[in-house]
Amino acid sequence: MKNRFSPWFWKGVLALATIAALAGAAAIQAQDLKSFEQKITTKVLPNGLTLLICERPEAPVFSYTTFIDAGGVNDPSGESGLAHMFEHLAFKGNSEIGTTDYADEKIALAKVEAANDAYEAEYLKAVGRDEAKLAELKKAFLSAQAEAHKFVIPNQFTDVAERNGAEGLNAQTGLDETIFFWSMPENRLELWAWLESGRLADVVPREFYKERDVVYEERRMRTDSSPIGRLLEQFQAAAYTAHNYRRSTIGWPSEVAQINATEAMEFHKKYYVGSNIVVAVVGDVKASEALPMLEKYFSKIPAGAKPEEMTTIEPKQFAEKTVAIREQTQPVYIEGYHRPDYRDPDDAVYDAISDIVSNGRVSRLYRSLVRDQQIAAEAGGFSGFPGVRYPGLFAFYAFPLPGHTPAEMRDALHKEIDKLRTADVTDEELAMFKTRTRADLLRGLADNQGLANSLAETQTRYGDWRELFNQLDRVDKVTKADIRRVANKVFIPSNRTSAWIETEAPAEAAKNDGGAQ
Amino acid sequence: MKNSGQWSVFSGQRFVALSMRMILFFATFFVALSVLAQEIKPWEQIPTPKLHEFKPQQPKRIVLKNGIVLFLQEDHELPFVSGSVNIPGGSRDEDPAKTGLIGLYGQAWRTSGTAKLSGDALDDLLEAKAAHIETAGDADSTALSWNSLKGDADQVFSLAMDLLLHPQFSAEKLQLAQQQEATGIVRRNDDEGQIAQRESAKLVYGANSPYTRQPELATIGAVTVDDLKAWHDNTIGGNLIVSVDGDFDPVAMEAKLRAAFESLPPVKAMPARHDQFTDPKPGVSFINKDDVNQSNIEIVGLGTDRHNPDLASLAIMNEILGGGFASRLFQKIRTEKGLAYSVGGGYGFAWDHPATFRAVALTKSASTVDATKLALEEIAGLTTKPFTDEELARSKDNILNSFLFRYDTKEKVLAERVRLEFYGYPADYLESYRAALEKVTMADLDRVAKKYIHPDKLAVLVVGNGPEIKPGLDDLKLGPVQPIDITIPMPKQPAASEQKQ
Repeated sequence: MKNRFSPWFWKGVLALATIAALAGAAAIQAQDLKSFEQKITTKVLPNGLTLLICERPEAPVFSYTTFIDAGGVNDPSGESGLAHMFEHLAFKGNSEIGTTDYADEKIALAKVEAANDAYEAEYLKAVGRDEAKLAELKKAFLSAQAEAHKFVIPNQFTDVAERNGAEGLNAQTGLDETIFFWSMPENRLELWAWLESGRLADVVPREFYKERDVVYEERRMRTDSSPIGRLLEQFQAAAYTAHNYRRSTIGWPSEVAQINATEAMEFHKKYYVGSNIVVAVVGDVKASEALPMLEKYFSKIPAGAKPEEMTTIEPKQFAEKTVAIREQTQPVYIEGYHRPDYRDPDDAVYDAISDIVSNGRVSRLYRSLVRDQQIAAEAGGFSGFPGVRYPGLFAFYAFPLPGHTPAEMRDALHKEIDKLRTADVTDEELAMFKTRTRADLLRGLADNQGLANSLAETQTRYGDWRELFNQLDRVDKVTKADIRRVANKVFIPSNRTSAWIETEAPAEAAKNDGGAQ
Repeated sequence: MKNSGQWSVFSGQRFVALSMRMILFFATFFVALSVLAQEIKPWEQIPTPKLHEFKPQQPKRIVLKNGIVLFLQEDHELPFVSGSVNIPGGSRDEDPAKTGLIGLYGQAWRTSGTAKLSGDALDDLLEAKAAHIETAGDADSTALSWNSLKGDADQVFSLAMDLLLHPQFSAEKLQLAQQQEATGIVRRNDDEGQIAQRESAKLVYGANSPYTRQPELATIGAVTVDDLKAWHDNTIGGNLIVSVDGDFDPVAMEAKLRAAFESLPPVKAMPARHDQFTDPKPGVSFINKDDVNQSNIEIVGLGTDRHNPDLASLAIMNEILGGGFASRLFQKIRTEKGLAYSVGGGYGFAWDHPATFRAVALTKSASTVDATKLALEEIAGLTTKPFTDEELARSKDNILNSFLFRYDTKEKVLAERVRLEFYGYPADYLESYRAALEKVTMADLDRVAKKYIHPDKLAVLVVGNGPEIKPGLDDLKLGPVQPIDITIPMPKQPAASEQKQ
């Protein structure tokens, strides 16, 4: 490749450009925090729930995020998948919506629960299970469900939302949190407040067991039938010994198949209390006008103490762990190292490492594994798996090119990790991380839904939305020595779990009869 | 140029508000007859105030003498400027023997860089500014796009223009792109959903159609640097559409764009395509996958394009069949039967060629036949199970009350205008589409269902774990099950990785 300029020329240009960009962006940060102070109103209600309104009247719409500080990590032992199951239940309405007659439905639902208990008790008998009785109990369970179903107006909650213009209506459960969100025309704000506060405050285990089947199909799709899904579930399970981060949000098959409505209602009672909820609204909303109305609705949510913190701390790993999956899919390699949670003073240092090793075509892993060695199609490093609220993993991964193996990925990644431990990153790399972090934060400010998510999450995790901007101070303070120090502390073999897929040759010709007999 | 007043969202809103009231009135009336004590539902008592006035800001449109079209959309909320150049011609126009060329071009154009600055040096320069210049290829077009902080906008624009006008395709970067594509090819049968989507489209369009033919190791290996250059030279003189949005001075920006594009030669239109589209062969096809416990069921047929005068009625019919939570497919297969998490579908429409009709359900192996039958019943039911007033009203509400999310940001308004320009639709397309949606009647629904829904012209594809599928697909009674072979052809010499110079 011909280049009219010497490399030194470009280095000079780079250094100058970086300084200019940084200076510009720093001014922007101060400006933005100041302007957001004007736009954002927060209010903690007597029940402990935090309302956050961000005025952004660009168009007559708003987006909201309800952030529940509870996720899969809070699933009780033996009930993995419960937080996620509850998320699904929150779309089924409550005592006012989704029913023809709640008083009678309530009685019918109690009978469903009793029938399920009877069935489960027989099903789980270690000795002397009576198959005939089990079949009877199953029949009784199904007929109790059919009875309860007579009172259901299916999908009425979502129907009212969608008919009133709800856009992007959805929810997500992670190990750390559960979020609910959609966007709507601004003149539906009060209707939204009624719907949202109603489903948070008042939950009915409607169609619970049908929905459990639906959720199981979600597991089949995302985990069982997906090579990457299977790999990550095993990787996570191997990396953690004691902490609930060892379980996936979707839950283990036997557990998610046996969660019952009583358990889901208990989960709701414990975790869906005011002090555990932040609701952020962003868009064409005037706080002074909307707040009294929102207070009226969201005060319906029960007060309650913030649920107690988990006592389990993952013990220090002292043995390197590996998971090898041999199957007829293409190879992948991933490895992870335990790191502290998001409150750690070095949190931004991990962000710096992640940016430097994997952001774009300038990143070390792209240039080394993809461009120069030509052994991988893609490689990267990232934090936040499986969560951030408790100590998670810093993971490195690579997808080999055809003909290359997971072992080659491992060796090449280790060489790059060793460089982080033995030599400083360059000034340019560090400056680039800081510039890009600022710019990406700014880019995210023009989207109602994205902003609602970020504000609700930051308010929950730090108790102050301003951290969304102030985190840039921590980013600014990251030094080359920090990166080297953290790399030496964390990226060591005894702190490592690796998992990979190795491609196995097919044993026999694939069956292609579609189950034909 | 059309001005922003044409959007007039308010007439639409009023119409919707009126129809809502009427629905509420009837609902109340019937309830009062059947259950005396029943009150108006709590959510129906909540007032819906008049929507705040809103005139989406339209971009400024300029047609240069050479035919190049410019769009300028000012947006001063954040200190960024972004832009793109859309170039007609994409993978549907590539030489079938070199299928995959556009994918390689989209990568290598940017990674190779320009005569002045290599792609790698460009990466260093841009990333230090948190700026981006990227290139990409699609079925009908390729594009160059850029984005940077305002202060870097002039320099980034110059670099983007240099890449547009003086690209330097390098053998090394082509090879890198070939390796990436090869990885995608050998991995394409790992994901069940990807197989189902790809192979069901082939059932509709045919395996060798410009819309479905797939890159193979041999076809990407056949692509040379000269092919990339030739593609670039052939398409760069086409009907370019240039759009910029963000924090800029409109006078200065217009002058800058004129200076960059006015001197280019007059544009040459791409020759019109004359693709033939026919219905798929009905019947059941099957692809076995040992490592799954869920079947991907695809029911597919030929769809239509957006010029179709029945478009609005079809959109309402789609909403009823598989649009939201209350749609027939969702209600039956997910809510009532608990057979699927992912289920939906509809009669598709693309901008300039027929899309596909497509209904999808993902269900555990053992319920494959049940779920397929239910989906087929709901599709056939469009012509036999009468539409209800409630379904029509609900679907209109769903679509019309969320309609403004198609233009609630300046960026979306711009993207829509570029799309309309690219495919030759009038600038007020969204407005007339909305008006047409409002006018759809029960008679329209009946008519379009009968006209467009032909269960005997649909193909069924199941991807799943054969031995687990019991009862078997024979039980569908749709004729013999046709196995599809998806083995990836391996050339004698791995095309991409052995081309090193």
